[in-house]
Amino acid sequence: MNQMAGNYITEDGRKIGGVIMEMKHITLRFGGVVAIKDISFDIHEGEIRAIIGPNGAGKSSMLNVISGFYHPQEGEVWFHGAKRPPMKPYQVAEQGIARTFQNIALFDGMSVLDNIMTGRLTHMKTGILAQALWKGAAEREEVTNREVVEKIIDFLEIQHIRKTPVGRLPYGLKKRVELARALAAEPKLLLLDEPMAGMNVEEKEDMSRYILDTNDEFGTTIALIEHDMGVVMDLSDRVVVMDYGQKIGDGTPDEVRNNQQVIDAYLGVAHD
Amino acid sequence: MPEQLLFAAEVTLNGLMAGVLYALVALGFVLIYKASGIFNYAQGVMALFAALTLVGIMEGQVPFAHLINITFGTEIHHFGWHVPAFLAIVLTVGVMVVFAWCVNHFVMRHLINQEPIILFMATIGLAYFLEGVGDLMWGSDIKRLDVGLPQGINEVIDQVTFDAFGYGFFIDNLDMVATVIAVILVAGLVIFSQYTKQGRALRAVADDHQAALSVGISLNYIWVLVWSIAGFVALVAGIMWGAKSGVQFSLSLIALKALPVLLIGGFTSIPGAIIGGLIIGVGEKLFEFAIGPMIGGATENWFAYVLALIFLVIRPQGLFGEKIIERV
Ligand SMILES: Nc1ncnc2c1ncn2[C@@H]1O[C@H](COP(=O)(O)OP(=O)(O)OP(=O)(O)O)[C@@H](O)[C@H]1O
Ligand SMILES: [Mg+2]
Repeated sequence: MNQMAGNYITEDGRKIGGVIMEMKHITLRFGGVVAIKDISFDIHEGEIRAIIGPNGAGKSSMLNVISGFYHPQEGEVWFHGAKRPPMKPYQVAEQGIARTFQNIALFDGMSVLDNIMTGRLTHMKTGILAQALWKGAAEREEVTNREVVEKIIDFLEIQHIRKTPVGRLPYGLKKRVELARALAAEPKLLLLDEPMAGMNVEEKEDMSRYILDTNDEFGTTIALIEHDMGVVMDLSDRVVVMDYGQKIGDGTPDEVRNNQQVIDAYLGVAHD
Repeated sequence: MPEQLLFAAEVTLNGLMAGVLYALVALGFVLIYKASGIFNYAQGVMALFAALTLVGIMEGQVPFAHLINITFGTEIHHFGWHVPAFLAIVLTVGVMVVFAWCVNHFVMRHLINQEPIILFMATIGLAYFLEGVGDLMWGSDIKRLDVGLPQGINEVIDQVTFDAFGYGFFIDNLDMVATVIAVILVAGLVIFSQYTKQGRALRAVADDHQAALSVGISLNYIWVLVWSIAGFVALVAGIMWGAKSGVQFSLSLIALKALPVLLIGGFTSIPGAIIGGLIIGVGEKLFEFAIGPMIGGATENWFAYVLALIFLVIRPQGLFGEKIIERV
């Protein structure tokens, strides 16, 4: 594999494109705490990129920087070959970057269907006045959005709970609905913060399959954080390893697995 | 039908219509509280300010005339034109939107993630500031507001009920119009929040800020929107109240009547605001009618608060509330 050339072919024969996102020398501090210390890495189009590391390593912070929730003190974020100015989360979402949260952030009062529909907001162009005056356009838009949402509901096999208020769902299904909402945005880049945390083995297998299928069927580029090393090794094309805010490894799962620094810092540490 | 029952029926009807106005004011509170967790003490003053602005625009009053005259030694008061009611209402809505933007831009967006009590204090400041601005802009004298709504007893109802029961009901036309307008307003709000992009975004923000951000919603946009809608609701309430009893500073005190409405209906529930308003409207009129004479009358001043206290003890989250209100 030749990273520098940009395009490469994975072991399972998928074609990976050029760099879609590049983090350059990112440093993020919270008062005295350095959550991210001078980290650089890139994400290629079509790949599944994992970020791993022990608790408090700064993984979520990194995802928050990408999605505009945190703003680094130093460093640059490049997206689609252009340097990104500091952006609010909603602007990042409008650029085609969707995400899920480590602690699940859903609209508990809304049904599953409504939750997933909110994922379409960035695709709804018709303004208030147009909606009031020119029903046709708004209706056509609604139909298209519904079609996309239905496709995702089928894809993630959640037809049976479509009308259920999200607040009543068990944990594993909530995680799936959150993924559905992110997918509804038809993102160019999908960020998943511990999509399998707290799941049992069976649920983890399902989620792994959905992630792989998403990447496969829609060609979505995915960056994900995961604790379970087995899962990470199975899913990802390349892995960034963080520890105490620093990058201590970057490469294919095999390369990372055999990196002594990674073994010391991460693999030796027991995790839940 | 016995006479007492007929009286009671009439009082109930009148109470329902008074309740509609309470509900309108409470609705303004609920909208902002749901979307941003802010208990907007200034809602009543917003109604006053909106009504003052409407009268000022209609009468062609020069805003800040007093200030201008003192500063430049001039003697201007009027532009010398009259603006038709409809146009004046549209312009006033514009003023309320500008106000909403200012509130968010200069105050609220700097207070994100602050304690609810701090946000509440900010709105108290806002209330007094807005009261002052309204005073400075339009003067403090009582103004008559006439946007052409029908007033006085409804002859038809009077006649029909007289023919049927031998007793003519006294129902004010203005109350009936207010009720119809309030129903249209609420229906409009429901349609807006259920079927438009902005409505969906609004519900999303009310439910979970973080999640709303992640699906591409700008919180600032939503907050300006929700303060604008609250401003519009305030304008409607201000018009009704102003048409009934003139535009004066006591208008801002209806905010205090909305408080028991919210305690009964719950701070986060639109149906709760409506039903709470009706319960208080009917309750205080019936109580005054049935018990008032025995204890010296004027029960309408305190009945709502006592009722709210009883509700607080029995059901602290209100009839439809989602959260225990001790968070406020
Ligand atoms: N909003 C914040 N304010 C202050 N400190 C923060 C904030 N977010 C993260 N941190 C700190 O930054 C460091 C990295 O946290 P982060 O959540 O990114 O770690 P993580 O790798 O995701 O950990 P975990 O595996 O537990 O999710 C921690 O020390 C954390 O306390
Ligand atoms: Mg984390």
